[in-house]
Formats: sequence, structure tokens, C-alpha cells
Amino acid sequence: MTDLAHIRNFSIVAHIDHGKSTLADRLIQETDTVSARDMKAQMLDAMDIERERGITIKANTVRLNYTSDNGEAYVLNLIDTPGHVDFAYEVSRSMRAVEGSLLVVDSTQGVEAQTLANVYQAIDADHEIVPVLNKIDLPASDCDRVAEQIEDVIGIDASGAIRVSAKTGVGIHEVLEAIVHHLPAPKGTRDAPLKAMLVDSWYDAYLGVIVLVRIMDGVLKKNDRVRMMQNGSVHQVDRIGVFRPGMMPVDELGPGEIGFITASIKQVRDTRVGDTITHEKKGTDRALPGFKPSVPVVFCGLFPVDSAEFEDLRDAIEKLALNDASFSYEMETSAALGFGFRCGFLGLLHLEVVRDRLEREYSIELITTAPSVVYHIFMKDGTMRELHNPADMPDLTYVDHIEEPRIKATILVPDEFLGDVLKLCQDRRGIQLDLTYAGSRAMVVYDLPLNEVVFDFYDRLKSVTKGYASFDYQLTGYRADNLVKMQILVNEEPVDALSTMVHRDRAEMRGRAMVEKLKDLIPRHMFKIPIQAAIGGKVIARETLSALRKDVTAKCYGGDATRKKKLLEKQKAGKKKMRQFGKVDIPQEAFISALKMDS
Amino acid sequence: MPDDWRFGGFGLYVHWPFCAAKCPYCDFNSHVSAKIEMEDWRAAYKREIARYASETGPRVLNSVYFGGGTPSLMAPEIVETVIETAAKHWTFANDIEITLEANPTSVEAGKFADFRHAGVSRVSLGVQALNDADLRRLGRLHDVATAMTALETARNAFDRVSFDLIYARQDQSLSDWRQELTTALGFSPEHLSLYQLTIESGTAFGDRFRRGKLPGLPDEDLAADMFILTQDICDAAGLPAYEVSNHAVPGQESRHNLIYWHGGDYVGIGPGAHGRLTLDGQRHATTTELSPGKWLSQVSRTGTGELEREALRPRDHAGEYLMMSLRTTEGLDMKRYRDIAGKPINMFDINDLENLGLLQSSGDRLQATRDGRAVLNAIITRLLPDD
Ligand SMILES: Nc1nc2c(ncn2[C@@H]2O[C@H](COP(=O)(O)OP(=O)(O)O)[C@@H](O)[C@H]2O)c(=O)[nH]1
Ligand SMILES: C[S@@+](CC[C@H](N)C(=O)[O-])C[C@H]1O[C@@H](n2cnc3c(N)ncnc32)[C@H](O)[C@@H]1O
Ligand code: SF4
Ligand SMILES: [Mg+2]
Repeated sequence: MTDLAHIRNFSIVAHIDHGKSTLADRLIQETDTVSARDMKAQMLDAMDIERERGITIKANTVRLNYTSDNGEAYVLNLIDTPGHVDFAYEVSRSMRAVEGSLLVVDSTQGVEAQTLANVYQAIDADHEIVPVLNKIDLPASDCDRVAEQIEDVIGIDASGAIRVSAKTGVGIHEVLEAIVHHLPAPKGTRDAPLKAMLVDSWYDAYLGVIVLVRIMDGVLKKNDRVRMMQNGSVHQVDRIGVFRPGMMPVDELGPGEIGFITASIKQVRDTRVGDTITHEKKGTDRALPGFKPSVPVVFCGLFPVDSAEFEDLRDAIEKLALNDASFSYEMETSAALGFGFRCGFLGLLHLEVVRDRLEREYSIELITTAPSVVYHIFMKDGTMRELHNPADMPDLTYVDHIEEPRIKATILVPDEFLGDVLKLCQDRRGIQLDLTYAGSRAMVVYDLPLNEVVFDFYDRLKSVTKGYASFDYQLTGYRADNLVKMQILVNEEPVDALSTMVHRDRAEMRGRAMVEKLKDLIPRHMFKIPIQAAIGGKVIARETLSALRKDVTAKCYGGDATRKKKLLEKQKAGKKKMRQFGKVDIPQEAFISALKMDS
Repeated sequence: MPDDWRFGGFGLYVHWPFCAAKCPYCDFNSHVSAKIEMEDWRAAYKREIARYASETGPRVLNSVYFGGGTPSLMAPEIVETVIETAAKHWTFANDIEITLEANPTSVEAGKFADFRHAGVSRVSLGVQALNDADLRRLGRLHDVATAMTALETARNAFDRVSFDLIYARQDQSLSDWRQELTTALGFSPEHLSLYQLTIESGTAFGDRFRRGKLPGLPDEDLAADMFILTQDICDAAGLPAYEVSNHAVPGQESRHNLIYWHGGDYVGIGPGAHGRLTLDGQRHATTTELSPGKWLSQVSRTGTGELEREALRPRDHAGEYLMMSLRTTEGLDMKRYRDIAGKPINMFDINDLENLGLLQSSGDRLQATRDGRAVLNAIITRLLPDD
């Protein structure tokens, strides 16, 4: 138990690659939290996928013990938040648990779109903010310019910005001093009834659900009986501790402290992030404001390549869902792909992470169908349906109009690429909202249909700007537009898994692009195959894949008959793994690649 | 069915694993070696033949084939010993064919008379191209003029001469190939092997191809056109295809190759050689140690170069028969297939492929059409028996 005046709780906000994880590593090291022997890079990125991609997906936390230059011992709690826009909502939640933020900006790059998005969240949460200019060891570092940019664009004082190199360790000590002296101590009352915020929770194969808590008032001890205020469920605390960053048991957690508990909770779904935890007896009756749960915005079908693996997929999805309450799933049947699941995600990265984990951790090969957003279908009878899957589009005669989700996108881009970015946004049915400059960089704000962004917008943006643009978005609402369902027919048969919703004015273009793509993606067969895009019964684009003309082993003699035969047998087995649509084998990657637009 | 191999005959394949230089496209078991102990090789081959003969017992031998590598680099005495040993253990057919693969450089041409004397009756010359620039690109040690001289020398020395060309080479156009093939036919060969260049992984060309550094190769359509053109020109010249890549004046087909494609038995000796042997009614696949040095020492140490001997299941045997026989214009005997496999080929698949004009059948005979032969891998993949 530490007294409030000696606790500081903070998070680090940064654009991706600006050095958040590296800085966290340095802080861990500088405070001797982990022995040199156990130190590994990106300490807080626990999952393989996080480490590989260099991104943080779940919030992570670590307690640091620091004795300041004034001789006093402090406890510093760092919550490392996800940096990606898909997880913006998790960031906002974690921020409610701390009082201050380090705003890390790469001094060779300057402010980026995610810097903005994240720092606004910190400002919303009433954080005290300490700007940190990182990577000063690099020749391209320009701290004065970046400090000025922070003041111009974000509007906070950057005169005291700390100049550091998270790589070499220069300035790390100053960062620790600033945390102690510039960030506020938490408030709270030890004698008040227990009020603990449920910051996050996840599933651990050995311990069950682990709950990350921030104590606002009161004291939480092992064996306490606690109540989740939202659903009234009562649990007995069987473990209590802090992260250093491994789990370390403590006797109790008092006001201002951040730690974890376990309480024989079976499923992550039984815990509600943002919920208030209090004692069963003599608890508080005033819950914290709470958070609204995050809702999936992108849906796609996941089907096992080998249809015999459907049950394995179900098991795997259920297990994953235990640990990820933001991911939804329901069974889906496709005429083309058989049994699978329609799954909902926070965004495309979230989708990729889940798919990767299913393939990697559970060894299930998957067919992923085109991602789709949630449309609101207003029926003539006055009812509204949510459409998660274009294949389920109701008969048009009953439909009054269709609304689609829109976003507000913020893009920062060096002005030499401005024209390309504007063209890209216009091509994606965007409406310009704002265009300003931050130094030599333009800040473009667009109103865009989420549908146009979900798929490959970010890839395109990166490629037209050679990677120099940064991007962030938030959902703004729904708006009606002229939307239609486009079907793809392969060899005269509709392939439901390739159906998409498109804007009527862009249907011809999209249709043509898709059939051309499919023509390249589907291997030639022994017969020619028409590939068509159609709206209603009307064909709007058509290509013909010619028949296979040449596929024969030139030289085949006695010596390698075995090898050649094995090769053909392997091909045959490979064919069986492809999905057959009528007589046509469509390779699994076609379902996603067919939708990628080159412009 | 136990003696099914009799439909195809019985042959001996001898692998000589050495070459003067390694060609960039070649994935055969061939090596460049500074020193070759000819005496040791001679002894090893002799010992291997004796071992197999003790297993097969007396049989009529239809063919001996020296393949490589570059067998024309062998000492003629080894060739002679092999032939003599084979003759001692088996009975030579009256029309036995004894073939040796030869590279058309002057060194080898100088040995043709000795090979003839040793008993070789047929050579297959690796001419590969009739264009010096392309020969260099293929990494060959000869030029066109030398190859022509070697061809002449070979014709004087041997009863039958065939040569190989590789087409669908880098930057080769359809008309380039028409011209080259016409020139080749102008030499009045009675047999030609015409192979489309195959990019094999693990070769120098394979590596370059993977890195996108092997430009100018034909796309599928041009490759198909070249194949069709080859059939047309050779038909007109009186050398129709009797197999995907082999053409002959009727009656001049290679006896040895037909053993493979007709599903006969063959003993395979030398490093990396494969064999098929029916013993007591069970067909076996044999493989030998791949490395020349190891093979040689293994034979002298243990008395066998064999690595593995696998008893073929009916479905493997049937699959092989299907794959090999459909390569020939003569095609597959469905009754024989049924006897081997214990069940017929799926009739639905056959009908489907017939409707597409890729197969044709009459009675028990099933043949790939000309278009079908161009996409034979797809056909075989479709027809191969399931596991
Ligand atoms: N030169 C230099 N590189 C740094 C510094 N800090 C971080 N990096 C590098 O920048 C990249 C991104 O850092 P990381 O901490 O993963 O960024 P994050 O995405 O914000 O967590 C990594 O390659 C780091 O090694 C620094 O101070 N100097
Ligand atoms: C076993 S090889 C060796 C014969 C001899 N050493 C020579 O190179 O002339 C027999 C024939 O296979 C053909 N061949 C080898 N590799 C090939 C490839 N990658 N693609 C097409 N034909 C090939 C060549 O025509 C060659 O003559
Ligand atoms: S093509 Fe012939 S000469 Fe060239 S390496 Fe292969 S076997 Fe040897
Ligand atoms: Mg990171």
C-alpha cells in the first residue's frame, strides 16, 4: 500500500513507430523493474502477433518503483494502450484509469494522425500531458520544429518537452522526474466503501479470467467478496497483485493503485469493462459512469478450407471469444463455402489479428470472405434491419432505402502527395470537410463511407504517398445512399461469398475490376469459364477465362515416374482443398484479393 | 496380372552420373568430377547386374540404355563389360536395342567407333539447339558445326541415331522454332526427341526464374502454339509423335522408352537409378544411393547400391500405368488398367473429358487427343485413383 501522494498513474500516447514500446522498455530498465537477464525488447507486447507486427493490441500495464532525485520513493503505474485506430475505444477506456499521459512524438517525423487521435482522447480524459520528443539520436531529428508543431496543431504547451532517445537512454531520467513532478497524484479515500474500476480483463489458461482494476476509493484484499455492480454477480477474490510486468502478489490494493485480481471467473464475457467493483457487504451504491461496450463495425465470413474442420473452427472461435469481448460471431451457411461463421470486428486490423490467431494457434486454414460493414435496411413496412452480410440482402421490392455507416477521416500528408490523397478520397465517395496545414504537411479531413475504407483504403493510401501519410478515423453515423447488391457469377453460377454492396454509380467500375481480378486469380481449367458481375439479373461486366492450353511434363522417363506421380497426386489433393463452384475450383485467396482495387 | 510387365518387356538402365560441365537447366543426377576411377565403376556395375539377375532369373532382355549424365564420357571398356555381363545373365532379344546418350562434342565423337565395337547400336545425341547463341545460353560446350560433325560420325557408326532438341527457349519465337525444326528434319532423322524447356527448381535456371531474372520465356499460349506446331510439322515430315515429346518414323520408336510407357520391368543400376521389378507376382520400385561416391563405396562394401525397395500397391501401380501410357499416342488399355487397379477408371470423368475433346476411346483403348496431350497433367490429375 502506497500513500496517494507517492503514486503516479500514466499512459503513453504516440503514433505507431514513434517509440512507445521502446520508451516503455527504457522506463522498465531504468527503474530496475526487470533484471537485465530477463529484459527482452518490447517487454509489454505479450502476444506473438503483437511482437511480430510491433503493435500493442490489448492494454498492458506495469508497476515501476522509482526513487526521485528528491529522495522520495514513488510507485509509477504505466498502462500501455493499443495504438491502432481499430482499438481506439480500448484506449479511451484505459485512459479513464490514469491521470496523465506522456505524449511521444518522433522528432524526425512530427505529429501524425494517430498522435492527434490519441492525444485528443487523453485531453478528453482530463489528463495532464507531458510532451516527449523521441529519437534525438537520429541526424534528421528536429526538436524545435516538432515542438512548434505540437503547439500549433494540438494546442498544448511544448516548451518543456523532454528530448529523449529511447534507443540510447538519453533523457529517460528526465522523463521519470517529469512524471513525478508534472503529473498529478491520484485522488481517493481509503476509508470510503470500495469503488474499483474494471479496466480490462482477459483469459489465462491457468488462472481463468484476470481482471485489471484501478482502485478509486477503499481497499481491496485477498479473499474479499466483491460484487460486479452491472450484473450483481458476486465473486471471491482469490489472487491479488500487480504487474512488474510479471504477476507479483500483494496483500492489498488501496486508492490510486492499479493491479489485478482473479476470482474464479470463467469467461471474459462475464466481466464488463468499465464496470464498478465493490464489496458484497458495505459496498458503495454509486457506480462509476461506466463505458458503453465496443461494437463490431466490420463483418466477414470465416470458413474452414477443409470443411471437415468446421467443429475445430467452432471450438477455436469460442475459445478466442472468451478473451475478446469485442469480437462477435454467429454461424453462417454459404451455398458456395458450406458451414462457417459470420464474425464481427472492431476494424480490419482486428479482423486480421483474429484470423491470424485462428490459423496460427489453432492450425485451421481459413477462407475469409469480403469484409462488409453493417448496413441499415429500411423496409417499406417501416421496420429496419441490420445487414451484416450482402448475401442476406432482402428482395428489393420490400426495401425503401438503405443507409450506410460514415466516418470522419483525418489524414496527414506531406503536401507533395496532397493531390493523390484528395483523388483517392474523392474516388472513394468522400466529401471534403477540412484542409489545413501543419508546417509542410497538409491535414485533410474527409467524410467517407466506411465501406470504402474498410477494405484496402489504408494500403492504397500508403502506396500513393510512399508511406508518408498517416490516417485515423472515427465513426460518425449513418446516411442513405444509392446502394445495390452486386453478384458475381462464375461459369454462370452465382458465388454468394463474392457478393458485395456497392454504390450504384460505381457498380460498373467495381464489377469490371472484380471480374478482371478473378480472371487472373482463378487458374485456367480444361474448359473456358465466363466470369460476370450482375445487379439484379442484369450483367454489368463480363470476362472469359480461356481454357487451359498447356500443362504437360515434357520429359518423363522411368527414372522419375515416382516423383512425377507424387507431384500430380499432390496437385489432386490441392484441388480437393479448393472450393468447387459447379465445376470450377476457386482458390481461397481469391475471395479477398478479388476485391482489392488498384486505384 | 502377376506378370503384367510382360506387356511392356524388360530393360536395363545404367546411370552414368558424370558430365564435363553442368548445364544450367539440368536437374538430372549429374556431377562434374576431376577424377573418376573407371575400374571401380566397371566392377560396381558388373556386381549390380549379377545381383539383380540372381533375383529375376533368366529373362529375355529387350533393351539396354546408358543414360546420364554424359555416358559418352564413359570408357568404352565399361560399356563393353556392362553389355557382356548383361548378355551372360539374360537372353538378348533378337532385336535388342542398346542405346547410349551422347553429347555431340568432338571428344565424344572420337569414341563412337569404340562404342559401336562394344555393342552399342543406337545413340541419342544431345544437340539441344541449332543456333550457337542459344547453345551458349544453355551452357552447352558444343556449337552447331561440331554437333553436325558428331551427327555425321554417329550415323556412320551406329544403326540408329536420334537427337534431342530443347524448344520454348528464351526469346524464341514461333517462327524461329518453325525454322529450326524444319532444318532439323532436313537431316532426315528417323527419331527425334523434342522437349519444351522445363524450369526445374534447384537448377541455376530455376534460381534465376524465381528471382525474375530469366526473361523471354514463352507464356502458356505461345508454349501451346509451339507444341501444336511441333506436331503439325513432324506429322507432315513423316515423324509423328508416338509420345508427348518423342517422334519417329513408324517402326523407329525407341524400344527402351516404350518399356517405361508400356509399363514393363526395368533394372536400374548406378547412382540415383530407379527400377521396376516384378518378383513373385509383386511389382516393386527400387531406388539407389544418389551420390556417386557413396553409391560406389556402398556397392563395394555391402554388395548393393540399392537404398529402398517398395512393394507397389495396386493403386500406385495403376496410377503409374495411367500416367505413363496416356503419354503415348497408342494410349491405355482399359482392361489392363482394370486388372491392375481392381476397378475401372471413373466413367463420368472419361465422358466429361471426351466431351471436352481431350480424350477419345474406342473399345478398351483410351487415348489422349492431340489437344489432350498438351494438357495431360490436368487430365491425369483428374483420372488418378483416389487414396
Ligand atoms: N534511432 C532511434 N530509434 C528508435 C528510438 N525509439 C524507438 N526507435 C525505433 O523505432 C521503431 C519503433 O519503435 P517502437 O517502440 O516499436 O514504436 P511504437 O510503435 O510506438 O511502440 C523501432 O525500430 C525502434 O527501435 C530512438 O530513440 N532512436
Ligand atoms: C538425361 S539428359 C542428358 C543427355 C546428355 N547429357 C545431354 O545433355 O546431351 C537427356 C535430355 O533431356 C533433355 N533435358 C534435360 N533437361 C531439360 C530441361 N530442363 N527441359 C527440357 N529438356 C531437358 C535434354 O534434351 C537432354 O538431351
Ligand atoms: S544436360 Fe546433359 S550434359 Fe548437361 S548437365 Fe545435364 S546431363 Fe550433363
Ligand atoms: Mg509498440
